[in-house]
Amino acid sequence: MDRRAANAPYRLPPPLFHARCLGCWILAGIVVLVVASFWSLDLQWAQFLSLDAARSMGRFLAEFFPPDLSADFVRKVLVASWETLAMSLLGTALAAAAGLALALPASRLYAGDRAAGRAPTRLALNVLRSIPELVWAALLLISAGLGPFAGTLALAFHTTGVLGRLFAEAVENADPGPGDALRAQGIGPLRVFLYATLPQVLPQLLSYTLYRWENNIRAAAVLGVVGAGGLGQLLTFHMGLFHMDKTCTILAAMLLLVAIVDSLSYASRRWMTR
Amino acid sequence: MTTLAAPTRDPAWTGRVFWFCAALVVTWPLLVAAEFRPWILFQAENMKVTRQFLGSFLPPAHDPEFLAMIAREAWRTVAIATAGLVLALLIAVPLAIVSTHVLSVSALAGRMARGPFWLRQLVRWLLIVLRSVPELVWALVFVRVVGLGPTAGVLAIALTYGGMLGKVYGEILESGQTQPTQTLLRNGSSRLQALCYGLLPQNATELTSYTVYRWECAIRSSVVLGFVGAGGLGQQLDNSMRMFNGGEVATMLLVFIALVALADRLSATLRRMLG
Amino acid sequence: MKLELQAVAARHPAARPGAAPALQPLTLRIGAGEQLAVIGPSGAGKTTLLQVLACALPPADGTYTLDGTDPWTLPRRALQRLRGRLFLAPQVPPLPPRQRVVTAVLAGRLPAMGLWASLRSLLLPQDIPAAHEALAQFDLEEKLFERVDRLSGGERQRVGLARALLSPAALWLVDEPLSALDPTRSQQAIATLVAQARARGVTLVGTLHQVDTALAHFPRIVGLRDGALAFDLPAAQVTRAHLTQLYAQHEHELLGAPPAPFGAAEPAAAPAVMHCR
Repeated sequence: MDRRAANAPYRLPPPLFHARCLGCWILAGIVVLVVASFWSLDLQWAQFLSLDAARSMGRFLAEFFPPDLSADFVRKVLVASWETLAMSLLGTALAAAAGLALALPASRLYAGDRAAGRAPTRLALNVLRSIPELVWAALLLISAGLGPFAGTLALAFHTTGVLGRLFAEAVENADPGPGDALRAQGIGPLRVFLYATLPQVLPQLLSYTLYRWENNIRAAAVLGVVGAGGLGQLLTFHMGLFHMDKTCTILAAMLLLVAIVDSLSYASRRWMTR
Repeated sequence: MTTLAAPTRDPAWTGRVFWFCAALVVTWPLLVAAEFRPWILFQAENMKVTRQFLGSFLPPAHDPEFLAMIAREAWRTVAIATAGLVLALLIAVPLAIVSTHVLSVSALAGRMARGPFWLRQLVRWLLIVLRSVPELVWALVFVRVVGLGPTAGVLAIALTYGGMLGKVYGEILESGQTQPTQTLLRNGSSRLQALCYGLLPQNATELTSYTVYRWECAIRSSVVLGFVGAGGLGQQLDNSMRMFNGGEVATMLLVFIALVALADRLSATLRRMLG
Repeated sequence: MKLELQAVAARHPAARPGAAPALQPLTLRIGAGEQLAVIGPSGAGKTTLLQVLACALPPADGTYTLDGTDPWTLPRRALQRLRGRLFLAPQVPPLPPRQRVVTAVLAGRLPAMGLWASLRSLLLPQDIPAAHEALAQFDLEEKLFERVDRLSGGERQRVGLARALLSPAALWLVDEPLSALDPTRSQQAIATLVAQARARGVTLVGTLHQVDTALAHFPRIVGLRDGALAFDLPAAQVTRAHLTQLYAQHEHELLGAPPAPFGAAEPAAAPAVMHCR
């Protein structure tokens, strides 16, 4: 069929799938991936969507209420919350320091900088950030033992990878003018960084760190599942014993903690850019 | 012209000293609460265990049966992430459309009416709650309801990522130029039409780019969920670590890092082609 | 510091390989303690010349010597030490926006400070009276503890010049030091700069668009046009004819304001095209 109209400039819209269009192939690839995923997984839809399942889900949810609010238990939850908060703060702070230290070798400081250490440092940062916090925690438990110390280190390791890469990108995107003027005076890279680059990027670095704290409080809350202390450890303990009312309190505490940290982080970021 | 005497004190010094002391005062209880004792790492028996475990990493396990199993589990991980993300889209897209105030018809005439306003607030809070509960917690709950296996993982990812995607989609839709969409609404088109012809063309790139980035994050999440029984690489990793089998752990870590790097590259290429 | 350029040609760092050099082979001799102004229309290669003099751009041809040594043959450490003895003030003041003026000005002294002193000065500025003194020369002493981004463009430019007064350099290279200053302040600033250079025996090379100011304050004038030397004369011998010839086809620059520096405009992102079926 001739798809050209009588007047050459007016054309009909292109066909749905065109052998030459890369986008069509990519879309087809995505569709194949999605279909293959659902088909290869043994998803128990029947088990989940049947009336039986709905009833058992209802019974399960009913066990959550009323939540256990006895003074004794609430105090335990508060202690665990404080432990979780401490883990997230320390982990993020350590990661910010380590990330900053690694961002220097991982970035090209000026046009024409050979930056010999850039590729290996970036590889190291990628490895650090690819491994999720929980896997780090499971690995570090072997050296650091059970408890929040392993959790803090796990958060620090993973977040160093994330922040290191973000910091390196921020440093590379900073205005080269002030740095060039100091380099023209023959000043070494460390002092050029401290006097010219860092003052420019510091607000951005702080913003990334605060944003990462929001993510880390969620991660810290669940690291206890493998034994790294905090609310997660309390949660697994009571869930294992089917104390659903206590579990409900712990979940509420988690939500509250996440909400508090989110608003603190948001407020700090607003205060910094005033 | 009289020049004043040169100042010798830095006015910012007092403030800096104060904040530094405040930080020290706050850090001490945090260190205690987190049981931060770095010297533990260097104690004799811990060093021995660490050295033994790290030593067992080499050589990484490479018998063909094991590698075949790892390949299957890696595919499983990707499948769980993809399925979870697709379901998350089913949750996020309608909720984002409902919660965005750009498509509000009552707001065209000034202030939004009370009913639609509270509906939108409710949907926003729902998205925040979905997003705030860590996916591991959802997975723990679902494992009790539907049993061990990938279903729990898929559902956990669907709910958490649904909340995340919904919130960010809403932010993206509201951050672009809203005037074309509002003009369409003013001229009488329905909300879906205004969405398709006004909002989507403008923000399609950003929306797709964010979704592709979240797919990569979902792969990492699904490994984490394996630790509570959702199958995939995470579960195998948990098993091998419990048995202190360093060789298997090493192979799985390498495969996992390669998988994440591949997904990262794919995601970056797709995003570059979009933008 | 004594400078000598022998048939030096230089190419812009971002230029294509086959492009014409920004500086044609140029020969110039500047004695120690001289004050020299470089004038010419825009695009003449004045900034490139300053970059060559500051050892920031290696010459593509010819030799450049500072006090008899070719800086590009020196080992890196010696080159860094040599760089510490010169000071380059670019046209856009190189001041980080959120830094305070006192730290920005004291940064000029970094070549003379050790690592430990530099770190200490970052937290608590070490020599506040010296910074105050340098800023007072440019009438800015009350802005000592202000943030750089709270200053106007002209004030920032003067802070950039005040840095030179604190540096341990024997060679000052200033690129368009008056581009953001109003006429009164321009006269004050250039008079201060030249007087300070003379008092310290520092070689001063400045590029200027304000030809009258250059003729009034500098004893020696070099004219550049299209990368080549047009003339090199004492100020008294520069005639109207010289200037007209130098600025041929660029008369508006001779009479009006100098062109302001501009950065490349950000290209707007193309909107995504999507067909709804």
